[in-house]
Amino acid sequence: MSVLTAVNAGKTFPGHSAGDPPVCALKGVSFSVADKEFCAIVGHSGCGKTTLLSMMAGFEQPSEGEILLDDRPVGKPGWERTMIFQDYALFPWQTVEDNISFGLEMKNIKTADRRRIVREYVALVGLGGFERRYPHQLSGGMRQRVSIARALAVDPQVLLMDEPFAALDAQNRSLMQKEMVRIWERARKTCILVTHSIEEAITLSDRILVMTRRPGTIKADIRVDLPRPRPEDSSDVIALRRRIRGLIEEELEGPG
Amino acid sequence: MNDAVGAHEAGAGTRAPGKPARVLARLQRLRTFGLLAAVLCLWQYVSTQVLDASTATLLPPPSAVVRGAWELIETGDLFRHLRDSLKRELVAFSWAILAVPLAVAMGWWKAVNEQVDVLVEVLRPIPPLAWIPLSILWFGIGDTQNQFIIFLGMFFPILLNTIAGVKNIEPNLIHAAQCLGADQRRILWRVVLRAAMPSIITGIRVGLGVGWMALVAAELVGANSGLGFLINDARTVLRTDYVIVGMITIGIVGLLIDRCIRVVGRLTMPWSRVLSA
Repeated sequence: MSVLTAVNAGKTFPGHSAGDPPVCALKGVSFSVADKEFCAIVGHSGCGKTTLLSMMAGFEQPSEGEILLDDRPVGKPGWERTMIFQDYALFPWQTVEDNISFGLEMKNIKTADRRRIVREYVALVGLGGFERRYPHQLSGGMRQRVSIARALAVDPQVLLMDEPFAALDAQNRSLMQKEMVRIWERARKTCILVTHSIEEAITLSDRILVMTRRPGTIKADIRVDLPRPRPEDSSDVIALRRRIRGLIEEELEGPG
Repeated sequence: MNDAVGAHEAGAGTRAPGKPARVLARLQRLRTFGLLAAVLCLWQYVSTQVLDASTATLLPPPSAVVRGAWELIETGDLFRHLRDSLKRELVAFSWAILAVPLAVAMGWWKAVNEQVDVLVEVLRPIPPLAWIPLSILWFGIGDTQNQFIIFLGMFFPILLNTIAGVKNIEPNLIHAAQCLGADQRRILWRVVLRAAMPSIITGIRVGLGVGWMALVAAELVGANSGLGFLINDARTVLRTDYVIVGMITIGIVGLLIDRCIRVVGRLTMPWSRVLSA
């Protein structure tokens, strides 16, 4: 079981310089993501969605409330919650296979098993033939494939994604979104996706959390009960998109 | 300037498909030595034809310098002095490389940085050469004193470049390593040190260069051997041809050291663009 829960979680940052008032980024965030559920978090930039993800990863500790994984506070970062970053964060001095192998080495997995697992995930993300390349020799989409393989190879309980496809061009982005659906259907994990793209959230997720403006909190919790793949022009998708866009635009215009 | 030369060479190399074209490219490359050749010719002419015999002693013609070089090579003197200088450079370097762990500690732990930074800022602006008088009193004339001066010349470039390398690491690389399960020791060893390596190599390049300059200065006044000693010793007996041979050797060896570090950097870090420029 891998249930990720936020209980009344909040985060307040100290002001930039002495005398500045503290900044409240998140307040009273509560939700629970079920085992193997794909959950997207959408909202305007600056609504604290990345802060929320950082707290789930353990890079930041909540100032109030708790984040729990299977009823235990998440604490420090660890392999049970791996992250996929917008800028890939691949180790440039390592080849594709060494990057994927990094977490396995940290878990002290035997060399033979490591090789087998790396091969398996290279195949899963479709990078066969590129094992010996360095990240700088790969395109953006391929780098993100490496990053996905690296995050999945350690067999995490939760996969966290921070705007994973935002740095790609439009064609690569929609290709990688389809790939992500395929990969997720094969390697079922509890997934949290932070994105500002409503389309991306609808294409990928079982469930979409819409956040309010700062201080961010959960405004709406929408279930996406549509079979995948979800063509952009189907009436259900269009209706859902309109609904979520409305919710987000309310935040932009609302009293503040 | 080095960069411009490197870029030119790379360009000439890729633009040579067939054999005649390659010969042409090579000839074209010779063209860059045109001014150098002209200066040498002028120098030869002035030394032999314009200056009278006594003034010409102060500026021996290139032909005399070549003769002097041959003498020094034949007697083994040049090699002996070069060996002594290189040995000092190497010993000093093996101490100066300690700047790397210190700099990593300074870049990683605030408390270390707070304490050491003040000390570094006080000591750094003092040129290594200013330490020569005191170091002669401390260590006397010879290897230890020379090595100390060279060490001072190398230490700070390596330290400062490494600190910069550690501080400029992409925070997400650390985050990625953390969530892949790396503990602090392995983050330092496997991520921080590796990510800072191009800066460390740059620091070593600069450090070896500064150290080489400091070496010559230290040997001028505080040694009984070495290239710096050679040129100063030759001056006292007015062998200006030996002086110039020594100077050219110092220049060529300095250049070779720099090139070697660049090649090593490029071979060990094919992923980094820092050293390929």
